[in-house]
Amino acid sequence: MELTGAQILLKCLEKEGVDVVFGFPGGAVIDIYDEIPNFSVEHILVRHEQGAIHAADGYARATGDTGVCLVTSGPGATNTVTGIATAYLDSIPVVIFTGQVPRPLIGNDAFQEVDIVGITRPCTKHNYLVQDVCDLARIVKQAFYIARSGRPGPVLVDLPKDVLNQKCRFDYPEKVSMRSYNPNVKPHVGQVRKVAGLIRKAERPLIYSGGGVVSSKSHEELRWLAQELRIPVTSTLMGLGAYPGDDEELWLGMLGMHGTYSANMAIHNCDLLLAAGARFDDRVTGKISEFAPHATIVHIDVDPTSIQKNVSVHVPLVADCKEALGALQKEMQALRDEMDWERKHEQWLAQIQEWRRMHPLTYLDDEEKIKPQYVVEKIDEITKGEAIICTEVGQNQMWAAQFCTVKEPNMFLTSGGLGTMGYGFPAALGAQRAFPDKLVIDIAGDGSIQMNIQEMMTAVCNKLPVKIVILNNGYLGMVRQWQELFYEKNYCATCMDAQPDFVKLAEAYGAAGFRVTRKQDVQSVLEEAFALDKPVIVDVRVEQEENVYPMVPAGASLTEMLLV
Amino acid sequence: MRHTLSVMVENEPGVLSRVAGLFSGRGFNIESLNVAPTLEKGVSLMTIVAEGDEAIIEQIVKQLRKLVPVITVKDLTEVQSVERETVLLKLNAEDSKRAEILRVTDIFRCKIVDVSCDELTVECTGDRGKIKAIVNLLGRFGIKEIARTGNVAMKRSMQMD
Ligand SMILES: Cc1ncc(C[n+]2csc(CCOP(=O)(O)OP(=O)(O)O)c2C)c(N)n1
Repeated sequence: MELTGAQILLKCLEKEGVDVVFGFPGGAVIDIYDEIPNFSVEHILVRHEQGAIHAADGYARATGDTGVCLVTSGPGATNTVTGIATAYLDSIPVVIFTGQVPRPLIGNDAFQEVDIVGITRPCTKHNYLVQDVCDLARIVKQAFYIARSGRPGPVLVDLPKDVLNQKCRFDYPEKVSMRSYNPNVKPHVGQVRKVAGLIRKAERPLIYSGGGVVSSKSHEELRWLAQELRIPVTSTLMGLGAYPGDDEELWLGMLGMHGTYSANMAIHNCDLLLAAGARFDDRVTGKISEFAPHATIVHIDVDPTSIQKNVSVHVPLVADCKEALGALQKEMQALRDEMDWERKHEQWLAQIQEWRRMHPLTYLDDEEKIKPQYVVEKIDEITKGEAIICTEVGQNQMWAAQFCTVKEPNMFLTSGGLGTMGYGFPAALGAQRAFPDKLVIDIAGDGSIQMNIQEMMTAVCNKLPVKIVILNNGYLGMVRQWQELFYEKNYCATCMDAQPDFVKLAEAYGAAGFRVTRKQDVQSVLEEAFALDKPVIVDVRVEQEENVYPMVPAGASLTEMLLV
Repeated sequence: MRHTLSVMVENEPGVLSRVAGLFSGRGFNIESLNVAPTLEKGVSLMTIVAEGDEAIIEQIVKQLRKLVPVITVKDLTEVQSVERETVLLKLNAEDSKRAEILRVTDIFRCKIVDVSCDELTVECTGDRGKIKAIVNLLGRFGIKEIARTGNVAMKRSMQMD
């Protein structure tokens, strides 16, 4: 039997096991919307296409599956670009379907026409313009395969309106075969041996783990290596949760610009740095020439372009992290019995504890004023690390990363690579849709939350009880911090004290709103808010000019930290 | 250093801009780029000549390999290869100069592909050095128009060192 392009698309989504699509309709995709009620795929209507793509991304990060987003041509498509770039830089598998004008009009500046394939070429892993309905099923199959295999990333499929009306027999390919795309996932055996030898010899080894460990689901292997071989672990923002944040002995916290003193000192002093699924971002390395100066650097990454890009690596290992860490585990298992790992790194671990004692991650608390870090600590205490934490971007994000105890992967969702303000809330909606019974919290700044606040309506009408906690400092805090430290307090365009009444705003949408202005109320209000079965905004008025510390000034060496 | 990259790609829409985008995205200039179909159905060969330091070229090669429609990438700079370019030159050729022009083009084994009373169009094929020399030599007669194909290249069957 022949089906229309629109029906074929929805059938493909069913075959891929997609249960939810985040989207916003328009003329170019109306044929798909016309068919949605006839298929099992649920559609969640957002209020802005940026919300749709971030929600699909949040869904992907929380579940480890692929997120799906559907929007119309022209403005619908361009509204997703920030979200596509966000997913691209953090290697998140998302498939984006965009409507397009009918084929005969393409290239004619037709109404709502935009070359979205051209626009998104540099920020997608791959993209397609479907030219013939008979290619559609194959392309969708490939899109999902490309999005989730190798180094994951967003894939866009552009669908001309007339293709959606054309008919073709539906045949979903069993397998993907592409002569040009074969990601390499198996590690080179010789290289693995070499790394095992290096670990065996190392006196001061350190693991630097990144988002690749989360996305390849290799946290078990990571934990084994660290715990059995007694190697301390630090991680990037994206890697939080891969190693349990409550291990007080081996877990050092995040490294880099706002990393802990102990993590940054450990990087500087280690003799073996085992980087897994991390890409040596400049926010992590500080001054490149002084990064890990005494270490042999091993770099495991599925993407060869990440290797040797920023730092020169002694032993590259191109492979999926799970495969590589698994192979390494096997190698080390044999060596474990013949070596006394318990004592081997005793001195090194003692040194690390000493650094931690000297400069723990802390802040100057206040009797009266509400310190933002205090709020995050309370969130952490109340949720016991069992909530999915999303963040916006800025100081709120760094405090969340520093003071939340992330114990499991896929529990800390944040825009790391692109640093997209407005990411956290819609991402939280995606995560909440995936896990209706979990507590999902967006730790926000007063600036960021206003970038996608319209999704409050999506939250309310889809009964997605996300909790937003605004660390309201009346500033674009992170930029203000830079202005304070490096631009002689010229607070140009960062004061945001003209604000909506967030409590009333929440209520206007049909959500609940709380305001906290006294320190003694923080805990009780958070508890009350988290217990409610609906979306909530908690507007916490925090100390306005609090800074994030430690801080490595841009371009400085990791040892040159400004401390509290 | 100058690098010649031989890139085998799926012959599909957008592939050229994907490849070119990798260079422009890094603020990196392509000296010449040549694309045409190969014997294999649906596969085209691109020969790209670009100048850049080793680190950038290494990144470009890896990034090219990462593109979904790219099948293989070879950096011919590391091996012995045959490189050829074809150039068409339209020259001022009044009677007084004609003999001299023909002598030069003969030495370079060029072909005369078009003639009028005061112009000659010459076709010349050769490696970079030869093309440079002929353009130089014929330059003094006055080149009115020039069209070059850019390099095409292939690895030599026998690698001698
Ligand atoms: C879309 C976008 N625009 C601008 C920026 C630059 N930026 C980075 S942090 C920041 C301040 C964020 O302010 P706020 O959300 O109030 O959070 P705070 O730092 O105060 O916690 C800005 C403007 C950005 N990251 N994203």
